[in-house]
Amino acid sequence: MSGHHQETFITKYIFSQDHKMIAKQFLITGMFMAVIGMIMSALFRLQLANPGQSFAILEMFLGKWAPGGVLDPSMYLALVTMHGTILVFWVLTAGLSGTFANLLIPLQIGARDMASGFLNMLSYWFFFLATIVLLWSLFVETGPASAGWTIYPPLSALPQSIPGSGTGMTLWLISIAFFIVGGLLGSLNYVVTIINLRTKGMSMQRLPLTIWAILLTAILVVLSFPVLLSAALLLIMDRSFGTSFFLSDIIINGEVLHNVGGSPILFEHLFWFLGHPEVYIILLPALGIVSEVIAINSRKPIFGYKAMVGALLAIAFLSFIVWGHHMFMTGMNPFLGSVFTFTTLLIAIPSAIKVFNYLATLWKGNIQFTPAMLFAIALVSTFITGGLTGLILGDSALDINVHDTYFVVGHFHIVMGLSAIFGMFSGVYHWFPKMYGRMMNKNFGYIHFWGTFISAYGVFFPMHFLGLAGLPRRYYTNSAFPMFDGLTDINSVITVFALTGAAFQFVFLFNFFYSIFKGTRAKQNPWRSNTLEWTTPIERIHGNWPGEIPSVHRWPYDYSKPGADEDFVPQTEPLKEGEEEH
Amino acid sequence: MINILIAIVVFLIIATLVQILRVSELLSEINNTDVNEVTDEDNNTQGKLSLFIMFLFLGFVIWQMISWNHFLLPGASSVHGEIIDGLMSFTMNLILVVFFILTPLLFYYAFKYRGKKTNTAYFYSHNNKLEIIWTIVPTIILSGVIVYGLQTWNKAMNPDISQSKVIEVYSKQFDWTARYSGVDNQLGEANYKLVQGRNQLGVDLSDENAQDDIVVREVHLIKDEPVLLKFRSQDVIHSAYLPHFRVQMNCVPGMTTQFAFTPTKTTAEMRETEGEDFDYILLCNKICGVAHYNMQMKFVVETKEEHDIWLDQQKTLKNTLTLK
Repeated sequence: MSGHHQETFITKYIFSQDHKMIAKQFLITGMFMAVIGMIMSALFRLQLANPGQSFAILEMFLGKWAPGGVLDPSMYLALVTMHGTILVFWVLTAGLSGTFANLLIPLQIGARDMASGFLNMLSYWFFFLATIVLLWSLFVETGPASAGWTIYPPLSALPQSIPGSGTGMTLWLISIAFFIVGGLLGSLNYVVTIINLRTKGMSMQRLPLTIWAILLTAILVVLSFPVLLSAALLLIMDRSFGTSFFLSDIIINGEVLHNVGGSPILFEHLFWFLGHPEVYIILLPALGIVSEVIAINSRKPIFGYKAMVGALLAIAFLSFIVWGHHMFMTGMNPFLGSVFTFTTLLIAIPSAIKVFNYLATLWKGNIQFTPAMLFAIALVSTFITGGLTGLILGDSALDINVHDTYFVVGHFHIVMGLSAIFGMFSGVYHWFPKMYGRMMNKNFGYIHFWGTFISAYGVFFPMHFLGLAGLPRRYYTNSAFPMFDGLTDINSVITVFALTGAAFQFVFLFNFFYSIFKGTRAKQNPWRSNTLEWTTPIERIHGNWPGEIPSVHRWPYDYSKPGADEDFVPQTEPLKEGEEEH
Repeated sequence: MINILIAIVVFLIIATLVQILRVSELLSEINNTDVNEVTDEDNNTQGKLSLFIMFLFLGFVIWQMISWNHFLLPGASSVHGEIIDGLMSFTMNLILVVFFILTPLLFYYAFKYRGKKTNTAYFYSHNNKLEIIWTIVPTIILSGVIVYGLQTWNKAMNPDISQSKVIEVYSKQFDWTARYSGVDNQLGEANYKLVQGRNQLGVDLSDENAQDDIVVREVHLIKDEPVLLKFRSQDVIHSAYLPHFRVQMNCVPGMTTQFAFTPTKTTAEMRETEGEDFDYILLCNKICGVAHYNMQMKFVVETKEEHDIWLDQQKTLKNTLTLK
């Protein structure tokens, strides 16, 4: 492919087939959705800390759904549902993978572009279409989907059971179907590109860990998302064409339904067969990014490269045989519960290996505190904190009493939500110079980091206590039960931190957009990094390298190698005479 | 008016940020330095800040554990619940120990090895022995956790139910109903198509076993006597959650689920430690619709005498529905 063909405005910025532009499209769309998801959480946090109180801002945003400024219970459920959907799928799946897979695969493996630029473009536009449909669902008469982001039928199947299961749910399902098509097109492309288009010398043992993580993520997407697509299609059939895949023996609002023989549990199996790999679809790219950032900024090789790859493989494999731990309380055979407990707790082993290897990488490093590095360290912290509570939830006997309580909300927001979003921030700060040729402001990065880190723990750590007090999640208010009366105190603490944390994100947004246009110009290799992307010209060109694609002679982690002239040795540097590979 | 004010404030904040950025950039231009280059001074500040914030974080965690401890559920009021509580405190102590080792280690390393221009990092790419150790140690500890967990799970899920009183808990948007199986300890057949008028649970009234069934809106249990709860749902998935007994089971339309347990403390006993207004409560713990947050039923645990007096006051289905 030549790097010099004519580009018009439309082919350059809109229907672009250049992976770097598509990465930016994913990032900006993801950020836009993240802001919406964040505002939603701020709105329902107001209600949770001040049950039934009136807030002018609620009426301003929600209109008829907050009459007199008091949040309507059905809108509360809608906000929770849409917050989950947006953050899980739009921000941490498409926003994270879409951005960094697109940006980094060709640049770090030494390819001109993705295997199919066209499929790649199509992947973004399916995602865009999904976004439009999802946003549209916010404005329908009966409100957006509100059966929880897990949309269990019959609640999601019957418009009579909750207002949000009307048009809002239909649009949700159509949107998620488009989303999955986009995700599959993108992921197939990522796998093919990584396997086939590596430059000379880039063996699998020399791949940066980011690419390993993205490869495994893409494989998870390809194997698990089709199952959700089938579940969504079957649910559409049940909703609109009178089938009974998930429905049986139901009376709703006094009306006896004809559906017989289906099972809502079947849906749960299909959903979580995606749903659990999905957790790692979200987490693995973040771990990949952070492995890279920690090595670069410790000025040390990542400790135990092979073990890191092995741990990723183990996590990816195990993620397919643990989905039942979301369903311990569905009345599944207790023996099956035992099997899922066993496989689930096994995941702690590769996770522990990763944590120890990160610590060993920091040990005796020469740590450069870039904002990216701070977020990377924060990820290790949240991965520890959140991972540990997984030992409680994954243990079926303990799950009996914490299942579906705020303990779960605290756990997964820390281990998956925070870890992934910190990984994403880390990646954005780190690769911003590659994306826009300019630097993000460092000091604003510091302010953003500490504000975010402190608020994040302030929001999610107290939730464990709500859960251990027995408070179920998705409750509009804790005030209907005398036993939960005192918990409003904890909820107030959480809300204060949540609003503070939200405010700090505007520092990031400002820094991001300011730096695109006015940031100081980036140097060729601002972080003194070894990987190939920093050998491409600062000004974006289609095809990445103006001349030949460089070939690779070593692994990407030769930092502070004894005998080298500098504390980094780019992968393009041939081994010296007598030099060992690691 | 307030909207305009908000807009002005936001605008002013953004303008201030822009100016701060411009000034810092101009200053560094004068000093001929790169404003975004991470200096030794930055490493020093951020490294120390990491350590400081870690102490703040750990302090916050300990403060929560002390001042919010009284919110946590009291010890279990059921036989299997006490076993679960044992596993819980074992696991909780284990993860707290690991948490209080790893978190300080992480931030201490960040502080200790904060970068300096004159320093060089130690090139250390792997150490197989070390890696094998920290694979095997967690594996051994986890094996213990898994074995202990599975034993507890088996005890909780497979109790002897031959002597258990059978009670049905029936869920619909947004309330609970219970049905006692009566003297024969057998529930009469039920079918959703029979739900009509006062026969809210769709009980087959021609079934011999249904005659002595008793439908109630409040469940009374006898201390130290095993019960078997059977769950059905009329419309969507609900989840029967009895936090004090460590009991939870989903109620799924189209199928029956069950959970067996033995209560060990009467409501009166609980009131002595938990306060006068204490009641056992059944909550819905699976999102089921708009009033999900307020779907509850009272449970009472009492002595056999108290229980029998209460039960005698309730009417059997034969008396309430068939003979009208």
